This record gives sequence, C-alpha cells and structure tokens, in this order.
Amino acid sequence: MRYNALQVLKEGLFGNRGWKPVWRNPEPKSEYDIVIIGGGGHGLSTAYYLAKNHGLKNIAVLEKGYLGGGNVGRNTTIVRANYFLPGNSEFYSHSLKLWEGMEQDLNYNAMHSQRGLINLFHSDGQRDAFARRGNAMINQGDDAVLLDRDGVRAHLPYLDFDNVRFPIYGGLLHPRGGTARHDAVAWGYARGADQRGVDLIQNCEVTGIDVENGKVRGVQTSRGAIRAKKVAIVVAGRSGQVAAMAGMRLPIESHVLQAFVTEGLKPCIDHVVSFGMGHFYISQSDKGGLVFGGDLDFYSSYASRGNLPMKEHVMEAAMTLMPMIGKARVLRSWGGIMDMTPDGSPIIDKTNTDGLYIDCGWCYGGFKAVPGSGYSFAHLIATDQHHEPAAKFRLDRFRTGRGLMDEEGTGSQHNLH
Amino acid sequence: MRVDGKGLVNRDKAVSFRFNGKSYSGFEGDTLASALLANDVRLVARSFKYHRPRGILTGGSEEPNALVTIGSGAGQEPNMRATVQEIFDGLDAHPQNAWPSLERDALGVNDLLSPFLSAGFYYKTFTWPKAFWEKLYEPIIRRAAGLGALSGDHNPDRYERAFAFCDVLVIGSGPAGLMAALTAAEAGADVILADEDSRMGGRLNAETHEVDGQAGPDWAASMLDRLAQMDNVRLMPRTTVTGAYDQGTYGALEKVGHHQPRRAALPLECFWRIVAKQAILCAGALERPIAFPNNDRPGIMTAGAVRTYLNRYGVAPGKSVTVFGNNDDAHRTARDLAAAGVNVAGVIDSRGDAQVEGDFPIYTGGQVIGTDGRLGLNEITVRHAGGQRTIRTDCLAMSGGWNPSVHLTCHMNGRPVWEPSILSFVPSDDAIPGLTPAGAAAGHMSTAACLTSGVESAKVALQALGLKVKTTNVPKAEDGTYAIAPLWYVEGKGRAWLDFQNDVTTKDIKLAAQENFRSVEHMKRYTTQGMATDQGKNSNLNALALLADVTGRGIPETGTTTFRPPYSPVSIAAMGQDAQGDGFAPQRFMTSHKASVARGAPMIEAGLWYRPSYFPAQGETTWRQSCDREVNMVRESVGICDVSTLGKIDIQGPDAGAFLDFVYCNMFSTLKVGRTRYGLMLREDGHVMDDGTTARLGEDHYVMTTTTAAAGQVMRHLEWVHQALRPELDVSFISVTEQWAQFAVAGPKSRDLLKALIEEEITDESWPFMACGPATVAGVAGRLFRISFSGEHAYEVAVPARYGDSLFRLLVAQAEALGGGAYGMEALNVLRIEKGFITHAEIHGRVTAFDIGMERMVSAKKDCIGKVMAARPGLVGDDREQLVGLKPVGNIKQLTAGAHLFEAEAEAIRVNSQGYTTSVGFSPTLGSYLGLGFLRNGRARHGETVRMVDHLRKIETLCEVCDPVFFDPDGGRVRG
Amino acid sequence: MRLTCPICGERDRREFYYQGEAVMLERPAPDAGDAAWDAYLHLRDNAAGETQDLWCHEAGCGSWIKVTRNTVTHKVLKTELVAK
Repeated sequence: MRYNALQVLKEGLFGNRGWKPVWRNPEPKSEYDIVIIGGGGHGLSTAYYLAKNHGLKNIAVLEKGYLGGGNVGRNTTIVRANYFLPGNSEFYSHSLKLWEGMEQDLNYNAMHSQRGLINLFHSDGQRDAFARRGNAMINQGDDAVLLDRDGVRAHLPYLDFDNVRFPIYGGLLHPRGGTARHDAVAWGYARGADQRGVDLIQNCEVTGIDVENGKVRGVQTSRGAIRAKKVAIVVAGRSGQVAAMAGMRLPIESHVLQAFVTEGLKPCIDHVVSFGMGHFYISQSDKGGLVFGGDLDFYSSYASRGNLPMKEHVMEAAMTLMPMIGKARVLRSWGGIMDMTPDGSPIIDKTNTDGLYIDCGWCYGGFKAVPGSGYSFAHLIATDQHHEPAAKFRLDRFRTGRGLMDEEGTGSQHNLH
Repeated sequence: MRVDGKGLVNRDKAVSFRFNGKSYSGFEGDTLASALLANDVRLVARSFKYHRPRGILTGGSEEPNALVTIGSGAGQEPNMRATVQEIFDGLDAHPQNAWPSLERDALGVNDLLSPFLSAGFYYKTFTWPKAFWEKLYEPIIRRAAGLGALSGDHNPDRYERAFAFCDVLVIGSGPAGLMAALTAAEAGADVILADEDSRMGGRLNAETHEVDGQAGPDWAASMLDRLAQMDNVRLMPRTTVTGAYDQGTYGALEKVGHHQPRRAALPLECFWRIVAKQAILCAGALERPIAFPNNDRPGIMTAGAVRTYLNRYGVAPGKSVTVFGNNDDAHRTARDLAAAGVNVAGVIDSRGDAQVEGDFPIYTGGQVIGTDGRLGLNEITVRHAGGQRTIRTDCLAMSGGWNPSVHLTCHMNGRPVWEPSILSFVPSDDAIPGLTPAGAAAGHMSTAACLTSGVESAKVALQALGLKVKTTNVPKAEDGTYAIAPLWYVEGKGRAWLDFQNDVTTKDIKLAAQENFRSVEHMKRYTTQGMATDQGKNSNLNALALLADVTGRGIPETGTTTFRPPYSPVSIAAMGQDAQGDGFAPQRFMTSHKASVARGAPMIEAGLWYRPSYFPAQGETTWRQSCDREVNMVRESVGICDVSTLGKIDIQGPDAGAFLDFVYCNMFSTLKVGRTRYGLMLREDGHVMDDGTTARLGEDHYVMTTTTAAAGQVMRHLEWVHQALRPELDVSFISVTEQWAQFAVAGPKSRDLLKALIEEEITDESWPFMACGPATVAGVAGRLFRISFSGEHAYEVAVPARYGDSLFRLLVAQAEALGGGAYGMEALNVLRIEKGFITHAEIHGRVTAFDIGMERMVSAKKDCIGKVMAARPGLVGDDREQLVGLKPVGNIKQLTAGAHLFEAEAEAIRVNSQGYTTSVGFSPTLGSYLGLGFLRNGRARHGETVRMVDHLRKIETLCEVCDPVFFDPDGGRVRG
Repeated sequence: MRLTCPICGERDRREFYYQGEAVMLERPAPDAGDAAWDAYLHLRDNAAGETQDLWCHEAGCGSWIKVTRNTVTHKVLKTELVAK
C-alpha cells in the first residue's frame, strides 16, 4: 500500500486498522536464483536493487536475527560524501545521490536531513589536508565550503573558541551532509524489496556454504538447506565467520565502536559537527537526543559493547569542543562490530568461488553507504561486472598494493585506523 | 498533604523552594516530589508527544514523568527527576516541555490529534514535496520534541573523576546490601557500599517492616553506623553504579553538590571508576504500572511509591486513595494508608480469589477501566465481580508486580531469565564475572529472604577472595509470600499508557504487530517503547507481555531488548569536564617557551607541544613581514630555532648498528663514529613512517631523532621490533626527548656565533657537514651536530634540558649581535620548502620512498621493516604521484596547499586530477611562491606546465613543474 | 578493562596500546612470496572467541605482551611477554 498524508488521515479516522504488514513472513523455498546472507542495511538494499534495477525476483535474504539488526540499527546516522581518494570519492558521491531520491523511490520517510556537516580543523596542516579533501569533493561534483574561524562561529556559535587546548582554525562545511533515521532506512529497503517479491527470511542463520568444484551451490541454514545459483555475503561484523564457511580468510579485524545518545533536549545542535583533534562527532536527533560517537575502543571484539576509557575520551572531546552540552546526560551507550580493513576502505568483489560474492569491510562508515553499496553490489551480482563507482573496492588490493584507499594516512596494515 | 507522625524528614528544619514560579515549603530530607505532594501539587510535567498533563509516578530515579529543570542561566539542569532531587533553600525548579504554561500547554492539541499520530506515522508521510523536510516538517518536529533545554552557555560547573579499588563492591543498601556489606566487612574484605539514594537503607525506609524487632529505618541506621565504624568499609551514598565493564570495573556517579546551593569549591558530581574483585548486586526491584485506559493522569502512581511518600516522607499523595493491583504487596499500601489515617476509597484486586483484609471497600476480580480529571485524577471507573462503578479518588496506587533490577547484569550482554513465580525476569548466572545478584534484584521478594540472600551472596564473594566468613547471624523479619497473577493491561475505551514519557500506548504495540514489526526489537524501534529516559524500566515488561499476547507467543520466547549502560543517565560533564578548556590534552613546553613568549611570539600547537610561530620585530604588523625577515636572516646571517620537540632516542649496545639497519631502510652500521646520517623509516606496509637524522656518538652509541609528531609511535615501534622481531640483538634504547634541549643555529654566520660559545675548535675539517660529537657549550657538556634543515651552513647544539632556557637566551643575544635572531615555525617552513625538504605534510602516511624520490635509499644489501611490501607492484611505477616542486608561471602568482593539479587545459574534475599540493610558502629568497606537491609521474615532467586549481579558495594558477629543491640545488651553502 | 602486565601487574586498559593478532610475531622471510606476506600483514582469522593478540604496556614498562583473550566475552585467559 502507498504511504501518504491522506492515507495517514484516513487510517487515523478509522482506528488505524487498515495498515498492512510492511513485509511478509515467507517460509524459505528450497531454491533461489540468488541468496543474500545478511538482512542488514546493505543486504536489504542489495536485494532491493537486484529486483528494481535488474528485474530479478527469485531472491532470498537470510537474516540470523531480525531485519536491520546489525550496524544499520546502531550507528550515529551520519550521511555524507566527503571522501577524497579515488575509489571512495566516486562511490560515496553516488551513494549520496541515491540518498537524495531514496524516500520518494521507496515511498518511505527515512528522515534524511541534509542539515550540513562541519569538520573542524585546529592547525594550518589540518587546514591544508581538509582543503585537499574539499577540493576533491568539488572535483567529484559534490559540495564543500572552507570556513575560517569566523565562518565556523557564524554556524556554531556555541563552540569554545576562546579558552581551549586546541583552538579552532576553521572548518570544512559539507552542506549536503546530514543524518537520517537509521532503522527507517532498513525498513524502507525491506518493504521495497518485499513488494518486489524478495523473500525476507528472519531468524534463519546460515551455517554453511555449499561449494562444488569451485562453484557455489547453496547454503545450509538453521531452517534447512537452500540451493542457490549465486550467493552474496553481506554480513558486516560477522564477515570473517561467514567467509570462512567458503574457506576464505579476509583482510578484516573486528573492532568495537561505541555510540551514545543523551536524554531528549530542545533543539541546540543544528548540524553534524566533527572535532579535528580527537575522534568526536555529534548531531541531534529529531527526537531531541544528542547522538554522538568517537573512536574505536581499539581491541578486536565481537561483544557489541565497549569500556570506560573510550567513553570518557569521547566525553572529554565533547567538553573541550562544546562545553555547552556538559549538562546533557547520556541515556544509553552501545557498541557495534566494525569490519576493519587494513586501509580503512571497503570491499565489494567477487571471490575465488564461482557465484560467491562479498560485500564487507565497511569499517565505521557503512551507514551512509547503504544505498550505494546495495546498488553496486546488485550490479556486480547481476552482471558479473564491477559497477564503476565501486570498481576499486577490490579484495586483492592489499596483496598487490594497487589502489589502496587509506583516507586517514595511517597505513594499510591492521589497527592503524 | 503531610501526615502527622509519619516519615523520616526533619520536621524541625523547614526548607523553602520554588516550583513553576511559586514558593513552597518542605522539610529537610524531602525530595522535590515529596515536597510538592505535601503541598498538594500534582501537575508537574507534560509528556513528550501528546503533551499530556503528568504528575509523579514513582519515588525513585526511574521516574518517567516528573522531569523538571533546576535553576536557570548557564548552570541550569534540564531533565532532573523531581523524585530524587533533594530540596534545599533556594532551589528553583521549572516545568519543561510546556508552552505557554504548564497548566495551558498549546501543544496539548497533539492529544486531540493522536489518532493521526500513531506509532511510526512519520515514516508514512512528510516526503512530499522533497525540499519541505529540512525546511518545514523537520523544524516543526524538532521544536515540538525534546524535553528540557540546555542553557546554550558553556558549562560553568566543576566535576571530578576518581578511581577506587575494593575487594567487594556492594551495589544497593537495602536489607540484602546491608547484610552483604557487613558479612564481607567482618571477614576482613575491603568493602564499598554504594547506593543511589541520599539515605541508605533501600525499601526499609519506605516500608513499615520490622527487622529484629526494630523499625526498619532504625535497624538500617544502626547497621550503617556499625559499617561506618569499620576502617575497611567505605559508604558511598548518592552514588549510582551506572555500568558494569570488563575485569570488575564499574562506573559510578556520585552526586556531590546537587542537594545544596552551588558552591564553587564543590564539584557537582564525581564520576568513579571502581575496580572490584567481587561485586554483589543488591539493587532491589522496581514496581511496574498497569496499562489501563487513561492510566497516566497526575495522581496515579505506583503503589510502592505511595508507601514511600507516606512512610519515608510523611506525605499522603491524596486525600482519598484507591489501590489497584494484581498482587498481595499492593495491599500494604492500603493498610499503611489506613493505619496512618488516610482515607482508602477502595482496593481493586484483579484476582477473583485475592485475600484482602482491611477497613475499606474491596473489589476482587476488579479492574480499573477508566479515569477522569483533566489536570489531575478525580475519579476512576471500576469493573468488578459485582458490576461497574465509579469511585471519587484523587490518588490511585497501582501495582502490576515488581521487576528485579537486573539492568547491570545486562551490560555485558547477559540475558535475564524469565521467572514464572514472580512474573518477571531475574539475572542469568554469571552475567557479569565476579558479580552475584542478591535480594530483590535476584528475585527474593520478602525482607527475610533478602537478608538471607545478602549473607549468602557475601559468602560467595568471600570464597572467591579466599576469605573466611566470620558471622552469619541473619536478623528476623517478615517472610511473607508474594502472590501474584498476571495483569499487564486492561482492555477498554481510551488509550492505555505503557511508556509514559514517550506516550506509547497499547494501541501502538498492537499496530506494530499488525504491521509485522513483531520482533521485540522492531516493536521497540518502531513505537519508541522503552527509549525514554527510564530506558523502559517502568514499561518494557508490560509492552513485552502485550506483544507476546497479540503475536500468540509466550513472554520468554518473545525475548527482551537489552538494557545498556548507564543504569541511570550520566552527564557528559561528569565524565569529561576536566577536559573543558585546556584540559583535553597535556601541554608540553620547550625550555625556550618563556623566552619566546616574552619576545611576543605567538605559540602554536605542534602535537602536544607549543612552538613559536614567528618572533615579531618592532614595526611588523603581519606574520608575513616577520616570516620574510626571519628567512632572510637565516639566509644572510644566522638564526636560532628551538628544535627540542623532535623525538630523541638514545640507542646503545653492540648490536645498535644492526638494529638501526633493520628499522631504517638505509644503512647505519656503516656510519662512522662522529657522523650523522639522514634516515628513512618505513612501516611494514612499505609506506614511509618517519624520517630524521641519527648520529653515531660512539662505536655502540647512536642518538636517533624523529619528527615531533611521530616520536611516540617510533619509540613504540622500536620496542616492537626489538622485543618481537629481533630479540637476539643486544641493544637498549630510551627516549631522551625531555632530557636534551636542542637548538638549530643556522646561517652563514652560524660558525662565527658558535666559536664564541664552544670551547672546541670548529673548522670544516674538525666539524664537516654531518659531523657530530661532544662539545663544551658555554662550559656545559653538550653535543654539537652539523646538520641543516634550512640548507644553510648550520648546526644543532644540544645541552641538558636544565640549561636550555639560558642557552636559548644566550644564542639569541649572540645572533642578534651578528645581525640575526630567533626564527619560528613559519620561517622554518619556508626555508625547508626552498630546499625541498619534506615534513609530515608530504610523508602523510600514503607515500612511499619511491614517491618522494628516495627509493635508492632502500638498501639492497639487507632486509628492513617495510622493504618487501614496498616492492608491491602497486607501490612503484609511473602512475604513482611523485614529489615535485611547483612555481607559478602565469598571471596568478599565488599557490595554496591542498589544491589539485591538472593538465593546463583539462577540466578540473576528479577523473582529470593528476595530483595535489602539500606545502606552499612565499620565498623571499627567490621572490616567488613555491610549492611542493605530488604529481602523477611527476619526476618525468619537470619543465611541464600544469594548472593548480583550488576550488575552495577560488584560485587557479599555472605552475611549472620542477625539482623540489628550489634553492642552492648543489648544496654548496650547507658545506661552505 | 584490565590486563596483567607480566612485569608490572594488573593495570587499566588505558596504559596499553593494542596492535592486533599475534600472527604479527611470525614475520616471513623476505623471499617468502607475496601470498605469505599478504597473509602476514593483512589476512586474519579474526576469531569470534579465543584469540591471541599483542598489546604494548606503553604507559608503563614498554613491554610487548601476548594476550590470550576471548573476543566475545573479553575474558583474559593469559598474558605473557613476547620477548622470551
């Protein structure tokens, strides 16, 4: 059923009894053309674009838990296209364009809010690095504005400009950057995929991948065997375990990244703001909670929870940057499992097994990639050709050294991002 | 109203406070909630979505309704729970989320529109027209949402953080906690007893129970006295244990200043990290409401809260109270009220077979199916075995049963277990390593059972600690059974609230299920059930039970959502206020800092260090004037620059040379004693990690310098290489960055200057370029290095740090006498750009030795860190961007750093980008802007004209590509 | 989170730097080939469960420590110096 204001009014008058299920609960069939392992944001968007762009129908998404239960449901909801290295640049640009038409495309309000993102810098060297980034964004066709100190003050008057360890020199404003309601993105894609005939199967854990003579044949699941011509792995946070079912070892370490939300507050932060002298980024949700995060806890973990040292470090960054929010109280903190690759950039590629594809390694940047990743991964699965905006996300780049995308300049080896 | 003869507040000490612009009086020991109820104020707040009038629901930190703003101005505190805010003289509390007034809130209109504002309605609309979301819909939603407001000013208050360590942390000081603490302490364990309440004792202070024949509060007080006497016990009232973390670490928030007028000397809060070998969770239980139609009016409270107000504060929350419950515990409320002389207008028990005794109307098999009263309850409608009737009442005490406070046991992913006998969840075993739940938190619902459980849990902890139990006397107390029958919600006309604050009603849960948001997580996220400031403490179980019913599942198989830290919200300031201002990172000062500041140099951050940007001379008004002068000074006479921030690592041992050969890509074992060499260090991934000079002071003794930024990383790296990869090498090293002050003396007159200071003879023969060795500097044993980062004849002179300040002053004075002086970072940068020397602007982590033209430094004769991976096909080759120099050759003469490079005629878009600029500066020496940058296949393109495009600063410059060494390419000056 | 430094004793996580899996101790020979080096520097078992990884007591004695640890529960099973 179509969603619109009139429907909301009509249903409201009749007790909201007419709303239909957003998706079906199908039983798994014994065979599909394509099985997607993972019903998170990327898996759902992959299914949606396979159906929409490539006209494919006989698709199942197998989800161990509930749809959208991975990182798409536990992130800080930032949507941006401010990368500067070839590969990342065109990919995130494409993804942001998809965001900009997504709600109309899906007929679902994901509350994508292009409120502007400001990255602050605190030295001349950082300014130059951000200038390179901003120029790359404009080269790519995206938007960027270099703000000086007064320019930042005009946007963010509440920052501590005067009495602070690392003074603010300026900021890079990305006007099209913003936020979205994270769960709604997953639900919108799920609904869209379901409407196009994709079977979304929850509580269905994949326990094995069947390979014969170098070709994928299907998967074993907690709900029985399912044959498939093609199998796609999209399981950020569990990529290593699922890939191992097909005998693969990945260039990934799993790390915990914490995030935080405060009690609801009247509007006080209108942008997405990111600190330059420590990992800290913040925005305010439409409900009024301040949503923010920082750096990895820095130890490999599958616990989906973090420890105090990084929590405190994040609060310290908040207090030095914007002491206005000191009296906001943290309501909830949680952790997500990050697929960390050596260079901090993702992987969308075929594998050595015929018919087996993998989309992983999103590090801590996967949310904004949800549309682009699904779009490009669907293209790869359907056509066996790399989609141009994601063509550099190769699995073998670490071995060959070709096309490394180390945005932070910390290296293309583990634990430097 | 107050009830004579009841309560623990100090009736001799009146306290005046303000709420909603009016003055009231309470007593010492009152919370804002109890004092307002004593003054017959029931309307305290408005709900989040429908702006419904709300009062006080609970008596604790779990309160979802009575949130107020305390104070005004910079220090105002939004979202404070009236139920735990202690009153003090001058306390000024304000309602929030209501406009123009609490009594008449314009957004109360939302309540009338509620049919259209059902769960998730916003996902289904507001998408058209597209641009209206940011411009119209979202601003309206944002303004309507939120609870209290921040002041918008910088936080003016002080907060603290501290560490504490103990053998046993007891969380909660009710009957279980007191017994656990005493048992552990008497066995000799170091005990911390923490409780969120200002008055320890837990429910003993809220009930009329006796323990060992004493009134509950008296027994608790005597126990606390006893514990306070013991040296190995620390009592921490007003301290909420907020989170459980790995290896026995707990976060705890102590409220230090919230209960008294602000004093600058006193922190408001202290955030504790408590490391406990064992912990005992005695956090009690929280009572759950029942979801019946219009169950949210001011005056409707939990039954336990009514007892709290009566027994602890001596306040009757109503003149004519009704009680509605599904368990025997609720009856206590009626009995206590009746005993205190408060009128009980009826007890409604949903169980047909309930045994209720008391001198008040009793309705068994009854349910409250409706309520009335716009700004406060005045009537309820009851359906019972005998029919239906309305009852006039201004306070309804409801009890759906008690939920053990399992929250902390979920912080490490523990999943609580369904316990049918109490119709609730209890902690799973070993949910937190080393933590034992006890008392009501473990599902023990009588006082006697709690006391016993406290002792037993302490035994578990003591056994783990290897300590012997000394006493095990358990006091006598009531041991009643806790009979309960399921009643989660009541069907009827009108909305029935689950999550009071977020305005989630039973209809919303049903709608979620209807739309197939049947997973408990989907239900939560779709309806926002449990996402309010109480994290669902009051509402989750009712919502879960309803979801289970409408989806045809049992409660255990429906599952639970996860309680996350913190247990109750913690201010950002409590965990980070000491970073406010300059506290975010340590400050490192060079020995020349004071002298530089005295000369008017702006000090800029360089990592943790501060370095002088430039030294303004009289009459100079811009940094460029100073910078140009300083550059000329170095080129023409002599300049002094403090370079002590560079990392210095002293490396000694017979294998020091072999060790350096392995960490540097070039050779150091072949370096002669008394000589210095530039070294390039790679990461194992083949990219450049750092560079610097290393001097060989003796056969087995080197001193390495690192860049300022990478000093710590390099030190750690050396430890790694030595301990993990080359443990057989006999070498030791230590950072001496802080021990030596080191100054560059650069310029054609540098030798003249040093001759006057250094006892040893300095000639080109005794100190040729790249020589190093001991030197007596103004009588002090120091070191002299003939090295140069400016391309001039230059030295670096090092002395023990205690002489740094005086040597700097001396050097600058001598330089000024020769027509030179001090120079800062701006000039240093221009000097090095003129010479094509790289810094971390160039070696930014993504470049290889090949990219910067140093691939020949990678010795073929030996293995070194990074050598193998640097040879990967993608890391060498003509398509890589290589270091080049850039000079403006068109009409525009300016260069900027961070611009991109294109072929002269190419459109400035990504696919045409050929490189970028890294460092630029105006060279007074050459009278031109100079730039360093990386250009695809750049070394082969010297002489070519490229276009630099800086979209951001709107500058386009035609540049000639050239060798990065702009000035004195033959290096004659450095040797001369 | 706390770790036991074999030299200094139990210390807060704040004092330690984290490196990654202990496979980094097995540095291949220079001529081991690109597959061996790829496996050494990039590919990881990334176990959800017991693993061995490397930490440096950077704000303490500077020791590099091999920690046997569970990545799901964060339980620390053993700590030992990498330098024998």
